[in-house]
Amino acid sequence: MKKSFKLEDLDCANCAAKMEDAIAKIPGVIKVNINFMAQKMILEAGDDKFDEVLELAKKVVAKVEPDCTIIC
Amino acid sequence: MTKKQKKTLKRIILAAVILGVLILLTEVAAIRDRLPFPESDVSNRIVMILLFLIPYLIVGYDILVGAAKKIRTGHFLDEVFLMMIATVGAFAVGEYPEAPAVMLFYQVGELFQSIAVGKSRKSISDMMDICPDSAIVLRDGEEIEVDPSEVEPGETVLVKPGEKVPIDGVILEGTTSLNTAALTGESVPVDRTVGDKIFSGSINLSKAVKMQTTAAYEDSTVSKILELVENSMDKKARSEKFITRFARIYTPCVVIAAVLIALVCALFTSLSVGDSIYRGLIFLVVSCPCALVVSVPLSFFGGIGAASKQGILVKGSNYLEALSNINTIVLDKTGTLTEGSFAVDAIHPNEISEDELLDIAALAESRSNHPVAESIIKAHGKHIDASRIGEVEEIAGKGIRAVIDGRTYFVGNGALMSDIGAGSHECHLPGTIVHIARANAENINLCNNVTGNSASSPLASDSDVCEYLGHIVINDIVKKDSKEALSSLRRVGVKRIVMLTGDNEKVAEKVSKEVGVDSFYAGLLPAGKVEKLEELLLEHGSESSEKSGVAFVGDGINDAPVLTRADVGIAMGALGSDAAIEAADIVLMDDNLKKIPVAVRIARQTLRIVKENIVFSLVVKIGIMILGALGLADMKLAVFGDVGVLVLAILNALRVHRIKA
Repeated sequence: MKKSFKLEDLDCANCAAKMEDAIAKIPGVIKVNINFMAQKMILEAGDDKFDEVLELAKKVVAKVEPDCTIIC
Repeated sequence: MTKKQKKTLKRIILAAVILGVLILLTEVAAIRDRLPFPESDVSNRIVMILLFLIPYLIVGYDILVGAAKKIRTGHFLDEVFLMMIATVGAFAVGEYPEAPAVMLFYQVGELFQSIAVGKSRKSISDMMDICPDSAIVLRDGEEIEVDPSEVEPGETVLVKPGEKVPIDGVILEGTTSLNTAALTGESVPVDRTVGDKIFSGSINLSKAVKMQTTAAYEDSTVSKILELVENSMDKKARSEKFITRFARIYTPCVVIAAVLIALVCALFTSLSVGDSIYRGLIFLVVSCPCALVVSVPLSFFGGIGAASKQGILVKGSNYLEALSNINTIVLDKTGTLTEGSFAVDAIHPNEISEDELLDIAALAESRSNHPVAESIIKAHGKHIDASRIGEVEEIAGKGIRAVIDGRTYFVGNGALMSDIGAGSHECHLPGTIVHIARANAENINLCNNVTGNSASSPLASDSDVCEYLGHIVINDIVKKDSKEALSSLRRVGVKRIVMLTGDNEKVAEKVSKEVGVDSFYAGLLPAGKVEKLEELLLEHGSESSEKSGVAFVGDGINDAPVLTRADVGIAMGALGSDAAIEAADIVLMDDNLKKIPVAVRIARQTLRIVKENIVFSLVVKIGIMILGALGLADMKLAVFGDVGVLVLAILNALRVHRIKA
């Protein structure tokens, strides 16, 4: 499943790159792309694991950039 | 400015004022003299620290909080952390004014960056402000205003003047002019009337029209374009990837280098511990890779934005990068260099007048909808009196036999002429030739027999039976700006222009001479086009060397495989053609070839700005680091190396928006 999310308050390009890196390492993630200019994340993961992956991704985002949140 | 930005600005101004006053006071030594303790005294230092902590905390408290949070999570090695270390370090070594000053500059840079990025984002969304807000549907004779997504295909929608066409459709009632600038970048309005297809996102300028929708909102042009532009930043260019990879190893390296410098200076030189740490701090301040990490995507975003303003949709930064390296352009002939529709080029009658010949051909072909027939009817242009036409019979693959004004005529190709024994001759002009012959009155029955068993016709060599009247030459016309577009392509540095076509050698040669391509390959089937392109790719493609590439330009109708195979596939006239949008890397919404040199120029400028920023930032930063290590740079220079470079790089990146056609 592939889904696109908005990232609110994504203010730093370097953080976006770091998030992308960290989320890509979450088990179950097939592909992730964080677009700093569009403040958007496209997450692709297995259907059965998607919600689980998304929760982990949210945690990663909060870790890298405490101000930034994933809007579902 | 957003609320957050305004708040930051206020903090910056407040802190700057306080800092200024404090520096002034300490500089004129007013405080120093009046302080109850000597300068070296610990209490004095505490007073100084407390005083300078005021502006420091005003401007930097969020940085400190952020850094503290990150230390807890373990992901702490970033610029926020560096700023904290650098400023706390400045306090520790007694450079009190420097700590709030560095923090202040850092915040100025951040604010500037946030404004610049916000502005860029907004300029794209403004430009992409082609989304219709609502649609007026006619249901049971009533006008109901609904969200465009609720309109089903096949419904009737009313578009009032000044409103956007909400969904793709066909006009049922009314005539109007439309502004399609948001879709094609072309500002001249187009007139549309009953039966014409109109696209969502164009603006109705003059009169209200009723239209029947042909697609759902999600499948309409406007949604397709928005999706494409939104996703365009997902495909990252090489230079963008390079920067993120670079930043990943760069920051830790600089931190280690800073620690090493501080250690080496403290242990092996006569410098005091404080001064050694200070040198290390300078390293840390310059080290922030922000200037690179922000300005590179910002430039690409701007480049893609500037292109879409021209009706050129670029599907990713990587394609912009590839386009900037293009030195060979391969073009399809039909529909790309030429109009893709047939038109009468020349009329060569034998005995009768040109008009008479055209008249006969038009009457004979009037019931056919073959493109060739259509072009003849169009050239004829006059009313066709159906009562003059008698029996019409189509002779498959050869032409038509038609009875006009009671006489039998044959209209068709050379094979038909030799079948009926009309002494036709080939034309010196290239193109599709339509021959016309008339059956002599006395032999009409003989001639009629021909169609039945043409191959074994006993009359094949008898030229008295059918009289040859002449022929009409039909050609696909070259677009009027093809030649100009190709010469401006050469001006932007394209070395080789090649034309591919399925048409015959003679036609290909004519077109290639007319528009000025370097070479052409004729008689190619779709698979042959891919093969030829692959040969060219081997020679000039991006794999042959970094600084080259082959672009293919087609109309996307039957050249999808070639579009996909090329380094950059450019589809023209994509408005309303999903297949083209799907297959191409760069999509020209209208079919104006002149947009290609514009696209190349935008790509080149964008890439130049990206490279300028990379080189400039690295040179300045590394230079300051070397100076810092040697003890020749102070904190002010280091702050310039961070914030100054960031601001300059962003300003440079914003230039991309101003690239004009």
